[in-house]
Amino acid sequence: MMAYWQNVWDRWQFLWDDRGDGVTYFQWMLSAWGYTVAVAAASLVIALVFGILIGTLRTLSGHRIISAFAAGWVELFRNIPILVQLFIWFFVISELVPGMRSVPGFVLACCALGFFTSARIAEQIRAGIQALPTGQRNAAYAVGFTQFQTYRYVILPQTFRIIIPPLTSEAMNIVKNSSVAFAVSIPELISFAMQTQEETSRGVEVYLAATVLYAVTALVVNRVMAFMERRMRIPGLTLQTQGAH
Amino acid sequence: MIEMKSVSKWYGTTQVLNDCSVKINKGEVVVVCGPSGSGKSTLIKTINALEPIQKGEIWIDGVAVHDKATDLPKLRSRVGMVFQHFELFPHLSVTDNLIIAQVKVLGRRRDEAKKRGLQMLERVGLIDHQHKFPGQLSGGQQQRVAIARALSMDPIIMLFDEPTSALDPEMVGEVLDVMVGLASEGMTMMVVTHEMGFARKVSNRVIFMDVGGRILEDTTKDEFFGKIEDRQPRTREFLNKILQY
Amino acid sequence: MATLDFSFYTWANISNYLLSGLYFSVALTIAATVGGIALGTIIALMRLSNIKPLEYIATWYVNVFRSVPLVMVILWFFLLVPSGFYDLFPGGSGQKYRAEICALITFVVFEAAFFSEIVRAGIQSLPRGQTNAGQALGMTYAQNMRYIILPQAIRNMLPVFLTQTIVLFQDTSLVYAIGAYDILKGFEIMGNTFGRRIETYLLAAVVYFIISFFLSMLVKKLNQKIRIVR
Repeated sequence: MMAYWQNVWDRWQFLWDDRGDGVTYFQWMLSAWGYTVAVAAASLVIALVFGILIGTLRTLSGHRIISAFAAGWVELFRNIPILVQLFIWFFVISELVPGMRSVPGFVLACCALGFFTSARIAEQIRAGIQALPTGQRNAAYAVGFTQFQTYRYVILPQTFRIIIPPLTSEAMNIVKNSSVAFAVSIPELISFAMQTQEETSRGVEVYLAATVLYAVTALVVNRVMAFMERRMRIPGLTLQTQGAH
Repeated sequence: MIEMKSVSKWYGTTQVLNDCSVKINKGEVVVVCGPSGSGKSTLIKTINALEPIQKGEIWIDGVAVHDKATDLPKLRSRVGMVFQHFELFPHLSVTDNLIIAQVKVLGRRRDEAKKRGLQMLERVGLIDHQHKFPGQLSGGQQQRVAIARALSMDPIIMLFDEPTSALDPEMVGEVLDVMVGLASEGMTMMVVTHEMGFARKVSNRVIFMDVGGRILEDTTKDEFFGKIEDRQPRTREFLNKILQY
Repeated sequence: MATLDFSFYTWANISNYLLSGLYFSVALTIAATVGGIALGTIIALMRLSNIKPLEYIATWYVNVFRSVPLVMVILWFFLLVPSGFYDLFPGGSGQKYRAEICALITFVVFEAAFFSEIVRAGIQSLPRGQTNAGQALGMTYAQNMRYIILPQAIRNMLPVFLTQTIVLFQDTSLVYAIGAYDILKGFEIMGNTFGRRIETYLLAAVVYFIISFFLSMLVKKLNQKIRIVR
């Protein structure tokens, strides 16, 4: 029995080995985790900015061209696999668009993941806005708000509260989807896992470590969002059942 | 003060307002009643252009509502409206509900707006609830806050769209009391309601609308309630139904 | 700036490089959908069974696969499925198509977690009265599920199933991680062979877009149809 655990312990020792460039596998793993978090965080910012914008534009009535543009955006970015979009950014846009060649790969990866996710967030924003009772819009116009003010002060603040649950799963998805960045050599967790597996043949241990780090990250995201939901909660208000006055 | 000239409106091919003409003078209280589907809610919503019209003219205090060039937010800020489902902004506290449009639309200073808002809250008898959120109030209380919100804007006229029909019976009185008080102070009011007691007590004129969006009667209160046998057959039928119990 | 040249897309090249890849992508999508729904239904029933150990296993199954990236799961399966397993396939084909076989297994297992959540939501969305009515007629649990509950739940969930299938179809591109020969791989090899990466990735995007967009239109149609029937 002791021998078994000794063996397990020994199998993990590769973490302290030098890869040959003065960096241990453990240090590399932490840096890879950092990349995963950084790609996910930066992409989430891009996704939120564009998602909120596009989702809002889709609900504007009486602006055909704008809402058609927004609808096109959503269809384009959600009907192509993230991996293919990533390749498009790396091998097509960076080649064809002047000036893009000097943009670092990290930024391209974040653009790919951010724009991909923006389409999904836009759909949630749209659904959230449309779920609000129309009376709210009328009431806002009736006190003299412009369309912009109506969105700014009445519709969007309520929409954000409705969409926190789907937004939470989208934020967790973005962590998971950041894994595709391995395909363009961003040194994140999957890259780390694949290369270390080859170099050390400690597949189970390496994958286990990476998997746990993904799960921990997702858990942290989940807790942060739950905290935000509590902070934003309004006494006496459950928006889901609000339609049933 | 308000003049509607031959207003017609269609949803697609269904006509919901048919050649409606109404004149309301300063200080008048006009009650609009009629069976459901008669377009009374639509009629009142055309006055502040929440519902656009296809034919006719609407003038408020010399401003043409039907004119595309009219600054609608500015116009609406001078017309107070109270909705069937209150439509307080659920994500804002009672005080913020009272303040937000004063600050953002009228450009009042926040302290000034708060003073005015709380005055109106005092007047509807809810000053103790200023820090609560709408979801923590009863329906009757919410509707009184909604009236205070509209009054805070110092409107030249108040529109009421079935203000008591979503309320539990025991809460109707508290809202009507506030409205009666307003009427006795000389506020110009247009009220869509089935509360015939209210109409009898404070209205100057009663308008009866019938299915298809036609105004069948527009008479003084005394005439309307006085000689029921002089009324149109449809009106008599309606009155008999709602006064039966 | 490079100029685009699509002239290498001849029928011969397309059938050489792309068709078998497309065939695999579609086959993987269909197999994972069918297998995923079957396995997912079992897991959903376990989760709703009120038998603690079964519930526990099913809940873990779903939570684990939902919190780990699909790429990671693919790598795990590629690592863990023993080499001997592939020897079971006749004529050495198992070893030759290792990545593809492994991808099939992974997708069924992985997607089952997601389909089970859909099935569970579908079952729970049915009014309790339906279960009671079945029981009142003397049906056993299995009969009730088979004849009353599942047919309704699955019909209600059809659009969601299809939406998940679109996601799944796009996810099949991730078999890239183990080098399975899918449509994307076909495009990549073609691009490298002819030195035309830009054109091949562009066309790959177009192909995926057309298929996904067509399927999502289908979902929309289906939704409208179901709304009428209700």
